[in-house]
Amino acid sequence: MTLLKSVLASATAVGLLVGAAHAEPALIFDLGGKFDKSFNEAAYHGAEKWKEETGGSYKELEMQSEAQREQALRRLAETGANPIVMTGFAFGEVLNKVAPDYPETKFVIIDMVVEQPNVQSNVFNEGEGSYLAGIMAAQASTSGTVGFIGGMDIPLIHKFECGYRQGFLAAKPDGKVIINYTGTTPAAWNDPVKGGELAKAQKAQGADVIYAAAGGTGIGVLQAAADEGVLSIGVDSNQNHLHPGKVLTSVVKRVDSAVYDAFTAGDAVEPGIKVWDVKSDGVIVAMDENNAPLVTPEMTAAVDEAKAKIASGEIVVHDYMTDNTCPAD
Amino acid sequence: MDFNTIIQILDSSVRLMTPLLLACLAGLYSERAGVFDIGLEGKMLMAAFSAATVAALTGNVWLGLAAGIAGSLALSLVHGVASITFRGNQLISGVAINFLASGLTVLLGQKIFGLGGRTPNLSGGARFSEIRLPFADQLRDVPVIGPIYADLISGHTILVYVAFLCVPATWWLLYRTRFGLRLRAVGENPASVDTAGVSVTRLRYAAVAICGVLCGLAGAYLATGLSAGFVKEMTAGRGFIALAALIFAKWTPWGALFATFLFGLLEAIANRYPNLEIGPVTIPSMFMNALPYILTVIILAGFVGRAIPPRAGGEPYVKER
Repeated sequence: MTLLKSVLASATAVGLLVGAAHAEPALIFDLGGKFDKSFNEAAYHGAEKWKEETGGSYKELEMQSEAQREQALRRLAETGANPIVMTGFAFGEVLNKVAPDYPETKFVIIDMVVEQPNVQSNVFNEGEGSYLAGIMAAQASTSGTVGFIGGMDIPLIHKFECGYRQGFLAAKPDGKVIINYTGTTPAAWNDPVKGGELAKAQKAQGADVIYAAAGGTGIGVLQAAADEGVLSIGVDSNQNHLHPGKVLTSVVKRVDSAVYDAFTAGDAVEPGIKVWDVKSDGVIVAMDENNAPLVTPEMTAAVDEAKAKIASGEIVVHDYMTDNTCPAD
Repeated sequence: MDFNTIIQILDSSVRLMTPLLLACLAGLYSERAGVFDIGLEGKMLMAAFSAATVAALTGNVWLGLAAGIAGSLALSLVHGVASITFRGNQLISGVAINFLASGLTVLLGQKIFGLGGRTPNLSGGARFSEIRLPFADQLRDVPVIGPIYADLISGHTILVYVAFLCVPATWWLLYRTRFGLRLRAVGENPASVDTAGVSVTRLRYAAVAICGVLCGLAGAYLATGLSAGFVKEMTAGRGFIALAALIFAKWTPWGALFATFLFGLLEAIANRYPNLEIGPVTIPSMFMNALPYILTVIILAGFVGRAIPPRAGGEPYVKER
């Protein structure tokens, strides 16, 4: 055992020495896979952008199973990759265990807080992004009623809902938001059929813009909204392209920027918590050619105004998760 | 609540009950023949995946439907071999099928499309479109009957009508044909069927195969009728709700129709009114969603009639000891 330990330790030391010579950054994709058209793909784009601009190279690894996480982290750390960026909260626990073993290596985790001296935690302020979506929904809605469909009924999704309602009601104080949650179990994240039914029920009650913060369920919401001729709002990554001209916008977390910044900083990544919000353009409402016909100049103006006010602190978007209440109630 | 709202809720109930009804009838055939099947969920999931995959690759929803049925049948065959031929434990085989489908769909989906287990969005001919029944638009303005015909009865995909036709067809097959009599007998007392010179094995395989076809229809409806594509774990427990409905229905076809309609209706109401206010009482949607299970437990406990399963259910048939 002791022998094994010392062999391992020396192997690690050699690895670190090699690594110090040319420290390559590394990126680990979570189970969704590199081309999931969402979270992981955004991370991939950030890394590719860095590669293109600097001509550097990076290591990458796709998780194939839950059990590989620790092994993958250790392997990359031992081959001298620095910093090691990983996407997804699911790495939180493993990283907390692995990070102290490699004090020389910097780790960057996205969407989760891990308090270790060599870890940078990137978190996103989804409430602010949802606020902007609410402003756009208020402009786009002709009926004065909009909808919100959440996935599993958990505080994080209430954060989206609360931001959205605050934005909508700020622009349309007498408007109405219909709220539905898909369920109370993890199955609620992957039930596009129920998502579609909820969207149809909301449309029947007069909603003409529906915001889905519901993972795979949201795909059903966007589909039903497109079929029924009402607008929808996507989440996490830019989903405007799923139904061109029918998705008003998407509340995007700039995971690509987080990866790009981490790669650019190299082994000088600052440990601690890094918050991505509207001020730092870390959460945005996606504008591209797919939703251009839907976005009026007034809408752009209203969004820009709200952005400036949030950045200056004039508008404070209440974070539901701080006290589990929403001022829009 | 006005008339239009009622029509909308009923319309939604019909859509939501269809996969349940198909899966419930699937379970009915299997269990009436003495083969318990808790793998309905897995078979539907497999069918949803194969249907969406083939429809996405070929752009033809009918090929997708055929693939969906084939995928579900393949798992049925596994269940049949394990529990009929090798006389294994039917519950364990069912659980294994659920796990197998859950893993296999995501794995294959990732391999084929690289979208994290999703299939691309289906559009045009790769989806079942809604059927407008004749005169639906002309009759819409007739009071009461008009909206019922135009909005509630017309405007569903073909699989909805197939599912509803399956109910009388199943009744006829089970209670009015020789095959049906033997099928029911094999679930109650296989030895007597065997004594009469009829193959227990063949009958049970036939029942399991019918179960596979119906689960295939249910899964294909989920992926290519109700939504437009496959998402991992998209059956979201409907196979288990169908099992609850089967108990609720006391293993009869008309009971299955009633039970799944009730479950669909409860879900539609919960979707429409997240917090239903009846006078001073507010009923949260969680309660409405839990109601099907509560009702099933009440029935199982024997408060409202008794639910007696087929007597030989769950037991592999051994010819001679």
